[in-house]
Amino acid sequence: MPFLELNNVSKSYAGTPVLKNINLSIREGEFVAIVGYSGAGKTTLMSMIAGLVKPDDGEVLLQGKPVTGPGPDRAVIFQNYSLLPWMTVFENVLLAVEQVFPKWKTVEKKKYAEKYIRMVNLAAARDKRPNELSGGMRQRVSVARALSMNPRILLMDEPLGALDALTRSTLQDEIERIWEQDKKTVVLITNDVDEGILLADRIIPLSAGPGATLGPAVTVDLDRPRDRTAINHSPRFKEIRGELLRYLLGPGAKRRATSEASAVRLPAVEPADLSVRRGWRLFGNRSAAMG
Amino acid sequence: MTKKLIDIVLLPMVGIAVMFCLWAIASAVTRNPQTNKATLPGPIQTWEQSKIYIVEPFAYRGESDQGILRLTWLSLVRVMKGYLIALAIGTPVGFLLGSSELFRKCFDPIIQVLRPVSPLAWLPLGYLLFMGLRDQYGMDVGEAAAIFTVAICSLWPTVMNTAVGVRAIPQDYHNVAKVLNLSGPQKLFRILIPATLPYMFTGFRLSLGIAWLVIVAAEMLTGKSGLGGFLNMEYNAGIQEHIILCIITVGVVGFILDRVMSLVEQHITKLPHLLSVIRGGLAGLRPQNRSVAHAVS
Repeated sequence: MPFLELNNVSKSYAGTPVLKNINLSIREGEFVAIVGYSGAGKTTLMSMIAGLVKPDDGEVLLQGKPVTGPGPDRAVIFQNYSLLPWMTVFENVLLAVEQVFPKWKTVEKKKYAEKYIRMVNLAAARDKRPNELSGGMRQRVSVARALSMNPRILLMDEPLGALDALTRSTLQDEIERIWEQDKKTVVLITNDVDEGILLADRIIPLSAGPGATLGPAVTVDLDRPRDRTAINHSPRFKEIRGELLRYLLGPGAKRRATSEASAVRLPAVEPADLSVRRGWRLFGNRSAAMG
Repeated sequence: MTKKLIDIVLLPMVGIAVMFCLWAIASAVTRNPQTNKATLPGPIQTWEQSKIYIVEPFAYRGESDQGILRLTWLSLVRVMKGYLIALAIGTPVGFLLGSSELFRKCFDPIIQVLRPVSPLAWLPLGYLLFMGLRDQYGMDVGEAAAIFTVAICSLWPTVMNTAVGVRAIPQDYHNVAKVLNLSGPQKLFRILIPATLPYMFTGFRLSLGIAWLVIVAAEMLTGKSGLGGFLNMEYNAGIQEHIILCIITVGVVGFILDRVMSLVEQHITKLPHLLSVIRGGLAGLRPQNRSVAHAVS
């Protein structure tokens, strides 16, 4: 039985289809990346897995049971971090720990929260508030909070999208290192193909919207741990990348082109002044015949 | 002299000096050439006539003849009573208005109708209300009506700002609450209240301003001793200098109140600590049968 399953899931907003016939099946402990255009509905897809948004059609199953609402068993790392600004780093993480392990003693909860703060290398910033931290540090807090919930599945919605390239690569390495430690099931949503290849076991492209759907999955059979500089020269890396880009720029992009064409429908009436042009042509023809 | 000192002392002094000049000119204009008396007393005349109230600010020469700070205190106590009632009602109503669509649809129209009603119009209503209760509970009708007027007039900024604040909470925070499965009270104390605090305090500050504005009118009409009552009495007695003294006092006290509130507002970020203390107290009441707790790996 797959760990997480999406069967024919569709979702529209105000009559516009966002996602159509999404079928996805993820094994336990698998790291899956979904790569796609911005605005294609990646966040909607993730929100449905998280239970924040209900699909119009189809079902989302976690270990065979339908997802009916959000819960701490599916921790979410949001693109904009979603930290509570009036709480310190420690308090933000502790809030999650308190929710998930309410029966623990206070000391245990605190120790546990601190363990995850150390894991993301933020021990020094423990008592700082989010507005005193850089973007990268905030996202680490968000990662620590999500991991401390000991979720069955970790959902990352473009977690590194708002960061500069260098911070991004540091955090990618960190996510890989942390994932290696406890091999959680992860769904990573990203618009960066390379990021997906570096981190995931399997990458699934999401076609352009409206009515986006998942394309053929590509298995990333590169050895771990993956070294970002070495990987660039690997022929298999280039192959995977090429395969994904071919879909995303080819069949995956087409839907957008066709739907845009159908959206701007041209009027089927003939312009009235076409007769003038016709007359000219008649005249031309006649002159040609005369000549 | 530092720039800051110039900014906060010297420049306001210029403004005050200009004001005094205009006042003196206005007074000179009303001067009757025959009797050599001005209907609007000038600054010097005002000082001479009312200095006894200022140099003996706590004197008590009778219920209607007290030092200026004593009168101010009477008014302040009355304002605080009405203001606290307004906060106690306004904050929860604002929360309901901001968070419940059903509540908003039910009560927003009537709130919008009641909001612009003048304090002068509420006062008779307060009288009628408490008149009936006087016989049963032996209450001071004028006092109760004045407090009622202050409360109902200063209610609205708190209600409106709290509601706006609740509605302005980013969806992200709601998502966090959902993903963490926070219970109703937890969401209120850990997310909604801290996220709304800045808006709430803007409301509190505006409400205090209105409360202070209303007290003069309320005391004038009820004849209760305080700044407004004194003003009304001296108006009837024709002692214009004392009216001006009251006006200046009301203005200065209002200014100080606003300054104090904005200081509190600026330090509002420290309040969440206070909240977490309150929360600690509530922790014992919190239900413990919460959510999926898995074994730790």
